[in-house]
Amino acid sequence: MAKVLMKGNEAVAEAAIQAGCRFFFGYPITPQNQIPEYMSRRLPEVGGTFLQAESEISAINMVYGAAGAGARVMTSSSSPGISLKQEGISYIACAELPCVIVNMVRSGPGLGGILPTQGDYFQSVKGGGHGDYRLVVYAPNSVQEAADCVMQAFDVSDQYRVPALILGDGMIGQMMEPVEFRTPKKRDLPEKTWAATGYDGTKQRAVINSLYIEAEAMNAVCTRLQQVYRQIEQNEIQYEEYMMDDAEICIVAYGTTSRIAKNAIGQARASLGIRAGLIRPITLWPFPSKAISDAAGQCSAFVAVEMSAGQMVEDVRLALDGKRPVSFVGTLGGIIPTPAMIIDELKAIKEAMS
Amino acid sequence: MAVVFKKSGLIARLPFHYCPGCTHGIAHRLVAECIEELDMKEKAVGVAPVGCAVFAYNYFDIDMYEAAHGRAPAVATGAKRVHPGNLVFTYQGDGDLASIGAAEIVHAAARGENITAIFINNAIYGMTGGQMAPTTLVGQKTTTSPLGRDPKHCGYPVRVSEMLSTLDGAAYIERVSLHDVPHINKAKKAIKKAFETQMSGKGFSLVEILSTCPTNWGLSPVEAIGWLKDNMIPYYPLGVYKEAKSHDE
Ligand SMILES: Cc1ncc(C[n+]2csc(CCOP(=O)(O)OP(=O)(O)O)c2C)c(N)n1
Ligand code: SF4
Ligand SMILES: [Mg+2]
Repeated sequence: MAKVLMKGNEAVAEAAIQAGCRFFFGYPITPQNQIPEYMSRRLPEVGGTFLQAESEISAINMVYGAAGAGARVMTSSSSPGISLKQEGISYIACAELPCVIVNMVRSGPGLGGILPTQGDYFQSVKGGGHGDYRLVVYAPNSVQEAADCVMQAFDVSDQYRVPALILGDGMIGQMMEPVEFRTPKKRDLPEKTWAATGYDGTKQRAVINSLYIEAEAMNAVCTRLQQVYRQIEQNEIQYEEYMMDDAEICIVAYGTTSRIAKNAIGQARASLGIRAGLIRPITLWPFPSKAISDAAGQCSAFVAVEMSAGQMVEDVRLALDGKRPVSFVGTLGGIIPTPAMIIDELKAIKEAMS
Repeated sequence: MAVVFKKSGLIARLPFHYCPGCTHGIAHRLVAECIEELDMKEKAVGVAPVGCAVFAYNYFDIDMYEAAHGRAPAVATGAKRVHPGNLVFTYQGDGDLASIGAAEIVHAAARGENITAIFINNAIYGMTGGQMAPTTLVGQKTTTSPLGRDPKHCGYPVRVSEMLSTLDGAAYIERVSLHDVPHINKAKKAIKKAFETQMSGKGFSLVEILSTCPTNWGLSPVEAIGWLKDNMIPYYPLGVYKEAKSHDE
């Protein structure tokens, strides 16, 4: 298929349709409104259903209903709306239902603002809702990658029966870039024999449920979930290494900030001779801890760059386990970091090193 | 010997966990009998609530969901939109449907969502031990209204059937009671009518079933039946509140 120029939000929506998503439930919130708007136009064309729910709470529970019925289904929102969905996401995780959730992050806490931040990292990768569960979290840094991640997320979610989250921000959602809808690598996806489609006696009766009153039963479910999470950690980690071959300082950044980091790396190398490189997590969970830990052999310092007060940096420190110093460059409130901020930090590290 | 009564084949051979004298069991039986008599077993999908009926998915021998507290109408919406030919129903208590899930039920009705809600109004939060519900009567004592519900402090009980019947999307709404055999028979007719409404694609249907909670009302099962009749029916009059011919009328 040829490349087309599209907004990130629209590319996310079209990618979902290309991936076979036929149900979408959402509630308006800036900066992701183009996703439901696009879906409301496109889904009926392909025999699908778009429904505007009365709240994010309802939308995620409609997702629970549709996913439980065996359909490919998606919802999208932005930070405050994603907070409202958390109870439902926890239920979906426990009931082992595949679905894709998109969060085009805005600033917070509270009603916050509509500008891009990365303040929902903890919520996305450490739980968000209650209980011991994980989401597979993708953090694309371009419109093309957003489309790729969405298409892959449906397959991964179906394969492991774990909900997947696309973590973008207002920047990824709003910017226009060329995009091509590429079919992801083929996976052997299990048939959804567990779906509630009506009980005709030919299969086991379907019960879509997250209630386990007895400790033994709840323990069995939690243990199974953990086993699945270990498999995902084995198989699904994705990251990009940029100029890491000879790097002495390693920047870790994802999504929008990774683009700024690349720019800073180019400038630092060209004008200051500082050999910086980048490890860019594409999956935030599972996190590329090993790649970061391995880079400690070669890099003497690490810098995490985020549009937050310092969230992913904790996982970078955990990955390094004290082996190397980790510093942090962050912005808050929707202020975008500049390459100069990153270069200043690289200079300070370089001076301390010599 | 002639069989005069037998358990619905749709109810699993398990002991109910409901308290002695609780009318949840009767409501389950009526729902199961209606599904069987309409020959919809293979197409029926139920959504259990959070409340005493939380284990309903164990009792109905059909495909089932267990939903988050109050969200059954949204879950049913997702289930029905994927398989429009299925008979999708929710089974919800008054705390579940009229309090935490008020938005979900109102908008399912407003959309004319082609599902059926079986609404068990027992004027109390049964499962959590007898707290005040949105349907608790004025003056009724509960563990969180120990001196009796005072409307100056916490307002008046919600009449769900009347409220939802104002919505154009609601196709069939009836309030029934389980306090004696004639009324139980009427309740069954209402449930069947609601299911038929859904099967003919007319839109949203709801049957509000006045029920007892002897345990948390602090009454014997027989006294509870009397209390329902004397106190609930005057405030929650029985009858058909909405009957639309087709979705667009
Ligand atoms: C989000 C959430 N809040 C509160 C509860 C606790 N809770 C469980 S059942 C229930 C009340 C149920 O009452 P009702 O819907 O009237 O059903 P009944 O038990 O009377 O049949 C509550 C508050 C919960 N499970 N989830
Ligand atoms: S607590 Fe009340 S509603 Fe619940 S099972 Fe017992 S009698 Fe029935
Ligand atoms: Mg109740």
